[in-house]
Amino acid sequence: MTGSVAVAHAAHAAPAMAPMAAAGVQRAAWLLLAFPLAGAVVLLLGGKRTDKFGHLIGVAMPVAAFCYGLIAFFAMLSYPASQRSRDLYLFTWIPVAGFHVDIGLLLDPLSMCFVLLITGVGSLIHIYAVGYMAGDPGRRRFFGYMNLFVAAMLLLVLADNYLGLYAGWEGVGLASYLLIGFWQFKPAAATAAKKAFIANRVGDAGLSLAIMLMFATFGTVTFVGVFSKSGAASHGVMTALGLLLLLGACGKSAQLPLQSWLLDAMEGPTPVSALIHAATMVTAGVYLIVRSNPIFNLSGDARLAVTVVGAATLLFGAIIGCAKDDIKKALAGSTMSQIGYMTLAAGLGPAGYAFAIAHLLAHGFFKAGLFLGAGSVKHEMDDEVDMRRFGALRVVMPVTFVTFVIGYLAIIGVPPFSGFFTKDPIIEAAFAKGGTSGAILGTAALLGAGITAFYMTRVVLMTFTGERRWDDAVHPHEVPPVMTSPMVVLAVGSAGAGAFLILGNRLVNFLAPVVGTPPPSKGLFTPVSIGALALVVVGAAIAWAIYGRREVPAVAPAGRFATVAARKDLYGDAINESVLMRPGQWLTRLSVYFDNRGVDGLVNTLAATMGGTSGRLRRLQTGFVRSYALSMLVGAVLLVGALLLVRI
Amino acid sequence: MVTPAHYIALAVILFVIGSVGVLVRRNAIVVFMCVELMLNAVNLAFVGFARLHGNLDGQVIAFFVMVIAAAEVVVGLAILTAIFRARRSASVDEANLLKY
Repeated sequence: MTGSVAVAHAAHAAPAMAPMAAAGVQRAAWLLLAFPLAGAVVLLLGGKRTDKFGHLIGVAMPVAAFCYGLIAFFAMLSYPASQRSRDLYLFTWIPVAGFHVDIGLLLDPLSMCFVLLITGVGSLIHIYAVGYMAGDPGRRRFFGYMNLFVAAMLLLVLADNYLGLYAGWEGVGLASYLLIGFWQFKPAAATAAKKAFIANRVGDAGLSLAIMLMFATFGTVTFVGVFSKSGAASHGVMTALGLLLLLGACGKSAQLPLQSWLLDAMEGPTPVSALIHAATMVTAGVYLIVRSNPIFNLSGDARLAVTVVGAATLLFGAIIGCAKDDIKKALAGSTMSQIGYMTLAAGLGPAGYAFAIAHLLAHGFFKAGLFLGAGSVKHEMDDEVDMRRFGALRVVMPVTFVTFVIGYLAIIGVPPFSGFFTKDPIIEAAFAKGGTSGAILGTAALLGAGITAFYMTRVVLMTFTGERRWDDAVHPHEVPPVMTSPMVVLAVGSAGAGAFLILGNRLVNFLAPVVGTPPPSKGLFTPVSIGALALVVVGAAIAWAIYGRREVPAVAPAGRFATVAARKDLYGDAINESVLMRPGQWLTRLSVYFDNRGVDGLVNTLAATMGGTSGRLRRLQTGFVRSYALSMLVGAVLLVGALLLVRI
Repeated sequence: MVTPAHYIALAVILFVIGSVGVLVRRNAIVVFMCVELMLNAVNLAFVGFARLHGNLDGQVIAFFVMVIAAAEVVVGLAILTAIFRARRSASVDEANLLKY
């Protein structure tokens, strides 16, 4: 009988639970926001006076936030599992009778995961940035913006209502714009910052529409309020909410169709790419979907859309990453792809939420580590990022090489490193979804694993092995300890985070009160995971055959259609330009035309009429006394005639 | 029988002759004389109406008009003299500088 078997393997949604009031040490949770915000205010308003010690404040604030985060986390662990959701009321933002919004912080397992990730990995990246930005005169301003980002991101994950989340959402968008365009004098950087902001804005429109719809339907925007009332709403409203939230997530997480900004965002300094565009900001979309899991649980269509977007982006990013010679852009394609995995998992419902978060946390470690490694390479190679100019760097940068390789093994999913433990449950859950959709999604995820192995192996081989392809003008050597220590810590995290989170169902049990429970795991070495490993080996072997055994040409060869397409970001920019930009330009030109000819024409005609009439009228002033006398006579006659008419 | 209507008719004829003269003649002195003619035509009309109504209001107004006419002639001829001294011409057509 399939019924009982189905029940035994089913995923369970999270039980509806109202959070309790924050108690004890968690009542100071506002410190999490206050520390980085104070840092940002001091550094940005203090100006040049704070240049000397600015970076110290900039590092101290996230570290302080991390320390408090740990304290709050251990306080949470001391509570029983059903009492771990705590709400801390901060202040009333909108005290209007029909639209009351309080700002509070929700400390529950999901938000604490993110708090630790943001402050922990963030602190490491801040420390790295002290060394990376050491020669830059704008370093203090950089740390000001980075602290602003940390504050906004923490608000995003800690807010207990969608409006507070939206405030944090916008804040991270602003910080991303400021940091991508940090070197404003570079036109490419300024353009990339604008592009990121505009693409995000489209997503933000989706999120704000979702919030408006929530308010119109439920009368409230708090998580507790919306989730408790969503059972009573119609299916159409739930699907609409899900799709709008997905649109918002697409913008922030660079998923299709709003993916074009992520590769350009690599114009920013590498710590920015590591923190914002790898570990934290781009994962905000996944957070949004997982946090809104009661909404998505109620709408299968929205979930299907999420999985489709995730799977498509997964392959999209992987294909782009295969052809990029710029090391940062290859890693950015990889980020897009890995977030596709997370989105795919989040779209699978309770069967996948916990695994999406597990992969997110592991990804934070290894992707940040990979980016910091790439930054070290770039730093030493005089800001060169073309991998065709690298080669044999493992000889001169051993620590960077080792940490990079650990991150590489983690991302491709080699046991016992992180990726193996966090990626395979996602692929399994995709197959377990069943039906054609499950088969397609699972196959896409498997393929993605193989392609990931290919392009990451390509990156490692082109950068660190083979013959040296750089000139004598460049003298790379190992980076200073302030930059290597964060990389080492992140490498340790990349190695162990996956096993730590997945073995013993640690993270699954921790997040169960918030996101529900997936079906029990079928063990580590299932046919799916072995198949994934086999594809990984195949992908790595192909990359070795092309880039490891043969010499890497210093100039990129012309390439066949697929390579050319991948180099052009699979025509993502071209599509955006033809579908959105050109019609937009025509629209603006049309408006300008109407403004010039229509509106201005109207006004000018009026003025010309007045001018013409007055020109005609002034000819009455002839200067001849007799004509004036005549007009007086005529006027007098008319007056008399009028008087006579009235009398008669 | 001479009725008040005859007086009015005569006043109208004199008035019309005077106004045509103002409009047609070029010499400023002749224009003044025509203006005087118009004023006197109006005086005649007022006196005729006074006789018609049997009270003296019209005659009083005629007095006023005469006084004003005298004052106006003084001022007008003074201006004309000044213009003549400047331009050596008494033609009204010549003083046409205040035009567009």
